Order: sequence, then C-alpha cells, then structure tokens
Amino acid sequence: MKLFDYARTARASEAVELVAARPGGAFIAGGTELTNLMKDGVLAPDLVVDVNSLPLDHITLRNGRLSIGATARMRDVAEHPVVREHFPVVSEALLASASPQVRGRASVGGNLMQRTRCWYYRDPGSPCNRREPGSGCPALKGQNRWHAILGGSDHCIAVHPSDLAVALAALDAVVLTLGPDGRRSLPLRDLHLLPGGTPHRETGLRHGEMITGVEIPQSPLARHSRYLKVRDRASFEFAVVSVAAALTLKGRVVSDVRLAFGGIAPKPWRSPKAEQALRNRPLTEVTIAMAGRALVKDATPREHNAFKVDLVQRALADILETLGGKR
Amino acid sequence: MHRLTVEARVTLLDALRDRLALTGAKKGCDRGECGACTVLVDGRRVKSCMTLAVMEDGRRITTVEGLTRGDRLHAVQEAFIRRDAFQCGFCTSGQIMSAVACIDEGRTGSDDEIREWISGNLCRCGCYPNIVDAVRDGARNAPGGGAGEAGR
Repeated sequence: MKLFDYARTARASEAVELVAARPGGAFIAGGTELTNLMKDGVLAPDLVVDVNSLPLDHITLRNGRLSIGATARMRDVAEHPVVREHFPVVSEALLASASPQVRGRASVGGNLMQRTRCWYYRDPGSPCNRREPGSGCPALKGQNRWHAILGGSDHCIAVHPSDLAVALAALDAVVLTLGPDGRRSLPLRDLHLLPGGTPHRETGLRHGEMITGVEIPQSPLARHSRYLKVRDRASFEFAVVSVAAALTLKGRVVSDVRLAFGGIAPKPWRSPKAEQALRNRPLTEVTIAMAGRALVKDATPREHNAFKVDLVQRALADILETLGGKR
Repeated sequence: MHRLTVEARVTLLDALRDRLALTGAKKGCDRGECGACTVLVDGRRVKSCMTLAVMEDGRRITTVEGLTRGDRLHAVQEAFIRRDAFQCGFCTSGQIMSAVACIDEGRTGSDDEIREWISGNLCRCGCYPNIVDAVRDGARNAPGGGAGEAGR
C-alpha cells in the first residue's frame, strides 16, 4: 500500500469536507474492499477518512419505510427480525454474500460502492477502460465467463458484484447521501451507471459525496420476496447469476411483481418487460417462460458467457415457482 | 493492553505479527479470501488482513494466543487436536478463531450449518470433514455449549 493520511471523525459533515477537499481522498468503513484495492494498486487514495464513528448504524422501520444507516454491518441487517420478516429478499441476499467474517465487518454503504470483480480491472498490469480510460478492454475478446450479457458496451462488460444492490433494486430502494452541496436522495437504480463510453464513471455520486443510508418502502410485495443466487460453489462466492423477486398473487393471477438480476449486467438489472409479461396474468409455465424471453431479448453474450442466457431464465423460473407456491 | 505507533497503511494482521510478535494469526492470501488471519475484534470474527490497525484503536483483539487459560487449551483447540482437524496447520489458528465465533453465534445446529458458517476459512489440505467434526465437538464442550451469544 502507498502511504496515505488517515483521519477519523464522528461528524458526517466533517468527513465530507475532508474528502471533498482532497481529490485523492476516500471514505473507509468496514475496509473489506478498500484495503484489497489499495494492496493491489487499483486505488491509491492519499487520504482515508474513517467513518465508523458516525452515528449511522441504525436499522429502523417507521412510517412504512425501513431506514438502514450506511455503517450498519451486513450481518446486523441480515439478522434483524424486522428485515427478515418484512424484507426477506434483503436478508437472503446478505446471507448469500461473502463470508461470516466479511459480513460482520462490511458496511451497507461500502457494499453498494464496491467495485467490479472483473479480473482485468483488479489487475493494474492489465489494460482496463474502467480503471484507466482509453486503455482498452481485454474482457471483450478474452476471459469473459463472468461478464455481462446485458447493459455492457464496446468499452466495458464488467458486472457489479453486490447481492444487496440487486435486492434493493427490486424493492425500489432509495439511497440517501451527504455531499459538499448538501443532502439528496436518489433511486438505487440510478446509483450505478452503465459503462457506455465512460466506464470509469461508476456511480452517480460526486467526489466527496457519501452514502448515509438507504430507505426501502414497506409493502406486501417486499414481504413476499426471495433471493436466488447461482454460483460456482455452495458458499463464499460471487454470483454467476442471481435473481431478486417480489411477487403478490390474487388467486393464480400476478397482481404485482418486481424483478432484479445480478451477475448479468454492469448494474443491478431491472427488466420492465419481464415484469410486464407477468403482471395481471396467471403465473404459469407459459407466462414465466415469456418473462424469461423478454429479459434476455437484447442479450449480447460473449465467447465464454453464453450459458448465462439460459441460466438466468432458469433461475427466474425457479424463484417464481417458489414464490408462487408451486414448489 | 498494547500501545503502538504505526503507519496508517499497516493492517491489523501486520501489526499483530510484526510489531507484537503474535504470530498465531497467519498471512495466507492477504486479501480476505483464505481466513487464516481471522481474529476476534470485540468478540466478533474479523479477517485481520482487511482492516487497518489504526481503525481498531481501543478495541479488544483476541488472537489464538489469547484462547488458552494458563496451560489449559480452549475446548475448540482440544477438539481440533482430538479430531486431527489439520494437516499442515497453516489455516488452523484462523479455523479455530472462526469456529469459536461460529459457536458463539449459535450457528452449529447441524453439519450443513457448520459448513456454511465456517466457509470463510479455506483449508488447502482439505481437512474439512475433520474440521466439521471438531467444530461440532467444540460447540458441545465450549463454555455456553454453543447456545449463542447469551451463553458467552
């Protein structure tokens, strides 16, 4: 790791001022992501501001909204009785993430801000448009088994690795931030950016802007939600594909549905057309297959990841059948 | 209690090993993937390679050296010996620290549950069956009997 200055504060406004004043400044909470990126030379902040003393670790349900502070730990959110009962997809996504050690440490804000696991991004010896604009993307024609089939560009096909972000995208969560220009909120689905021609612009946050928390609306949908993660081994691994689904039925007819997908796109992927294929229709093998086809209609598979086109449809069918009570 | 002045870039693992000569926590991958560096911070298991020593200022750190009471090994250490739950031993102190926390968290209800909740610790020698046996035994014999945090 290169040398850097370290600061700690219990005031969010001061943390923001400190980072905003230094172009090379960064926030640190759990540290489970930033320390690796610094060791690998992917990031080299010259100032690290420790936000663990900020009073931002709450998990509260009030007025129909679940409010989770940015420094709440993955483990504490996953195990919280209110989250388990009213937002099961969030708990399941978190419990399917990382390892117990990491979950006990890693924060909600840091989880959302984690970088792609693309091995070309993680290797500073390799070109990467995301890390070094204009240097090229070896994944397009290289080892791209883990890469995106939707939402990528000719400049980058990296996928976002957060399971939590996929669950939050399905539940229409809102991200709260504090920046040099004050407080604001933005939909979770606008936090991560598609690469287009500027893959180095990874999120919609400005320098010095810090996530202070997320809010999730309570609803019958959220209560009837699940997370399915498909990975190369049973535990402690990132998703090859994943699905967050929330579903309400009237009889066998889908009254409402939310779907979000991980492992297939550079950001948590919502598919309004797949949802549309199900809404106000009976939940049958036929409508589920239609939703799957709508999801992958515009897919651009690469040499090593074409299997994801089938796999994500099967994962969708599996979770919908589970949620619909067919198995 | 230890008083140390370290550069901000020094990880908790390096501070323990290089500055305090507590070499029980091992440096395997140094990227949070293997779990050999697992220690307890205020009772919670943590991969010490993934946190900066300065971030742990004032916290209570337990390494494998701190599990024994005088000459008496911890029940989980005893179980690892009795079950022969290692070959080369490099991952063992991390496995044991993780197991102690796993038992404390009440996640040892079945062999499958043990496998899931100890999955952050890799063993290159592949001693997993014996490790699961040792964690199960340790849970039975540990103070509190693996009844969760209340039993600490």
